[in-house]
Amino acid sequence: MSDFKIFDIAGSGMSAQSVRLNTVASNLANADSVSGDPSTVYRAKHPVFKAVLGDGLGAGGGADAATATVEVTGIAENPATPETRYDPGNPLADAQGYVYAPAVNVVEEMTDMISASRSYQNNVEVLNTARDMMLDTLKLGQS
Amino acid sequence: MQSVLDNYLGIHAQALALEAQRTDVLAANLANVDTPNYKARDMDFKAALAAASGESDASTLTLTTTNQADLTSAGTLAGAAGGAAPDAAGAAPGSAANPTYLKYRVPLAPALDGNTVDEQLEQSAFAENSVRYQASLAFLNTKLRDLVTAISSS
Repeated sequence: MSDFKIFDIAGSGMSAQSVRLNTVASNLANADSVSGDPSTVYRAKHPVFKAVLGDGLGAGGGADAATATVEVTGIAENPATPETRYDPGNPLADAQGYVYAPAVNVVEEMTDMISASRSYQNNVEVLNTARDMMLDTLKLGQS
Repeated sequence: MQSVLDNYLGIHAQALALEAQRTDVLAANLANVDTPNYKARDMDFKAALAAASGESDASTLTLTTTNQADLTSAGTLAGAAGGAAPDAAGAAPGSAANPTYLKYRVPLAPALDGNTVDEQLEQSAFAENSVRYQASLAFLNTKLRDLVTAISSS
């Protein structure tokens, strides 16, 4: 905490969780974006998180190696086959009258959203507590 | 090494620094709550404080050192011996690459993705640690105020 690393740690957590919230929003918004071609249909996106361990070179000495920020290494697309719907009235339908809907599991996305928002709140709490602790430390010895 | 002021402030200055370090470790656990294969860690505070204050911990084995370079490895062994008995936080012995007073948590219910962060446990540990930090600060503040009172004539 002494070298303000906690802001990097909690900040990386917040940023990773907000990427996750963004992908959830994108998946939910496109849950019904049908396409006439199964290869161009929207695919559910999920971020891949990775822990980036400290280098042990900070003011805390070796204890730095125990701290890890979060990194989003990429966005994985769900390889599940799109859902086939018979909808000949749809202008996007193919020659056989089928449209293809993305394989987005809405329930899964909603639980993902709750999990991401709770984790985000957690990181905000950590930041607030750490900030209060630092401000109190600045007042050390005063009155 | 110990100045008059260090002696006067006692263990609280070292405790404050360690509690700040522990805040980092617990914050990292909370930030990586959704990272696959992340292993939660915590600090064996007793061992860390004993190492920081230079006191030999009576409950751990100590080595007789014949060489100045042995001093660091003796501390390592003492930390590992202390870790053999699981403490209240359920911490396991740490790896050789890291200070031995930093241990991996033994998860109560491991997740399928290999993550061992227990959100509730980490939250309570974080809250406890920040209260301890405030307590150390309060002790230091009192001591410094007493010192100022003693120095000032009126």
